[in-house]
Amino acid sequence: MIAINDIHKVFNKGKANQVNAVNGISINIKSEEFLVIVGSNGSGKTTLLNLVAGSVFPDKGTIVIDDNDVTKLADHRRSQWIARVFQNPMSGTASDLSILDNFRLAALRTKSKGLSIGINDQFKQQVKDKIATLGMGLENKIEQPMGTLSGGQRQALTLLMSVMDTCKVLLLDEPTAALDPRSAEVVMRTADKLISDFKLTAVLITHNLKDAFTYGTRIIQMGEGLIINDLDGEKKATLKQNDLFEWFG
Amino acid sequence: MDFYLTALLQGLCFSAIALGIYISMKIFNIPDITTDGSYTLGGAVTGIMLTHHQSTWVILPVVIIAGALAGALTGLIHTKLKINALLAGILVMTGLYSVNLIVLGRSNLPVSDLPSLFNSFHLIADPNQNTLIIISIFVIVITFLIGYLLKTDFGIAMRATGNSESMIRALGVNTDRMKITGLALANALTALSGYLIVQFQGFADISMGIGIVIVGLGSVIIAETLINWFKITNIWICLALVLAGAVIFQLVLAFTLAMGVDPNLLKLVTAAFVLLIVSLPRLSFNKAS
Repeated sequence: MIAINDIHKVFNKGKANQVNAVNGISINIKSEEFLVIVGSNGSGKTTLLNLVAGSVFPDKGTIVIDDNDVTKLADHRRSQWIARVFQNPMSGTASDLSILDNFRLAALRTKSKGLSIGINDQFKQQVKDKIATLGMGLENKIEQPMGTLSGGQRQALTLLMSVMDTCKVLLLDEPTAALDPRSAEVVMRTADKLISDFKLTAVLITHNLKDAFTYGTRIIQMGEGLIINDLDGEKKATLKQNDLFEWFG
Repeated sequence: MDFYLTALLQGLCFSAIALGIYISMKIFNIPDITTDGSYTLGGAVTGIMLTHHQSTWVILPVVIIAGALAGALTGLIHTKLKINALLAGILVMTGLYSVNLIVLGRSNLPVSDLPSLFNSFHLIADPNQNTLIIISIFVIVITFLIGYLLKTDFGIAMRATGNSESMIRALGVNTDRMKITGLALANALTALSGYLIVQFQGFADISMGIGIVIVGLGSVIIAETLINWFKITNIWICLALVLAGAVIFQLVLAFTLAMGVDPNLLKLVTAAFVLLIVSLPRLSFNKAS
């Protein structure tokens, strides 16, 4: 689904504060694979994710999504395949807009936003039904501004928004980093359920080794802009939580 | 009483500017001061076309396009050259001064005895009330169009662009193009105010736009204070309050003049009034904490 070939990214090239964020990574992420990326701060995880999303462009190398070379495609054009959940709940939703408006935009992620009014009773019902599956009681608050909700509720809704329109790839950049443990668990369970229900290819960055152990079908560890460990399938399944701790030992 | 009626009419003429500033400042979160230039541009185009005996209905689309081009230029400079929006606006505003002078051909152009929007219909004998009706219809139509636009899928995307740029890009919207469109729309509305005022006051003047941005800002800030006060989320009520803000602003200025304040001090009074409105909510907030 995602083929990354010898990708490099350097920030502030030639200056004193030069950062070699990604140093020639090649990885093939298969369809319906749930890849977990771990690694210490500054190992290049977020840069790699941003390269896939198109928020930053590589200095060298190519990125292919679903057989399309997207290396030079801007982020808003890659949205036809990719949905994102950000670390900051504010980044994934618009605070001043109602929950309904946010969902309307999400439902048009791969389509054009035209000059007709798309929110009708049928759409409202569809959103209510979707939100009811979260079991948070938010289905009766769809006219409320997104900003009135807690971080956990917003992250859960951002996840739901990603499957409002056809979605192939879901990128999760530390989606639970800003949340309390209980909300974090709800968000991670929701993500896991959506990924398997909608047969998504997913990439999760996390610092929570318990999550890294619990979720995903493949795990990689990054360091210094390179992949230093890569376990998939059977190896990921038989991986012990203590082995993971030793990676960071 | 006529004095206050004139202020009301002027307020309605300025409501298009207020809507424009509402779009650039509140919806897109961009401080756009192309306003001074695009307002005069709208006025200059109206003035020169009226003296060339063009119908007011032919002038209308030309004014809209002229204003939109000015706004789009600011948008292009801001997004493509990555120049601070404030500076981009100042650059275009400064450049427009010369453009306006060329369009106008001289610094002041009287149009009072020419056929205009306000003497094309005679619904009521009293000319002031006749003007009131025409301008009210005009403003209601504009407000309805803007309100409808903000309700559409495109409008929701517009509102999200100023609110959470990372989100709306991830949802497939080209934010650069959206900002350019938004600034074009805002300045088209501003130019419309120039169109209305020139026909209302009967002349176009090269300095008519100096400091006009404060009229729009003041109106929007009055509206915003009320919106926050009553926690309003309905778009129609928000837009209605922006119109009310424009009228209240002019009425306060008229009241100031009626009290016998030296007209030379008018801009100072205006600035002080806007400062007062901006600081009022914060002052009361401080007391609470």
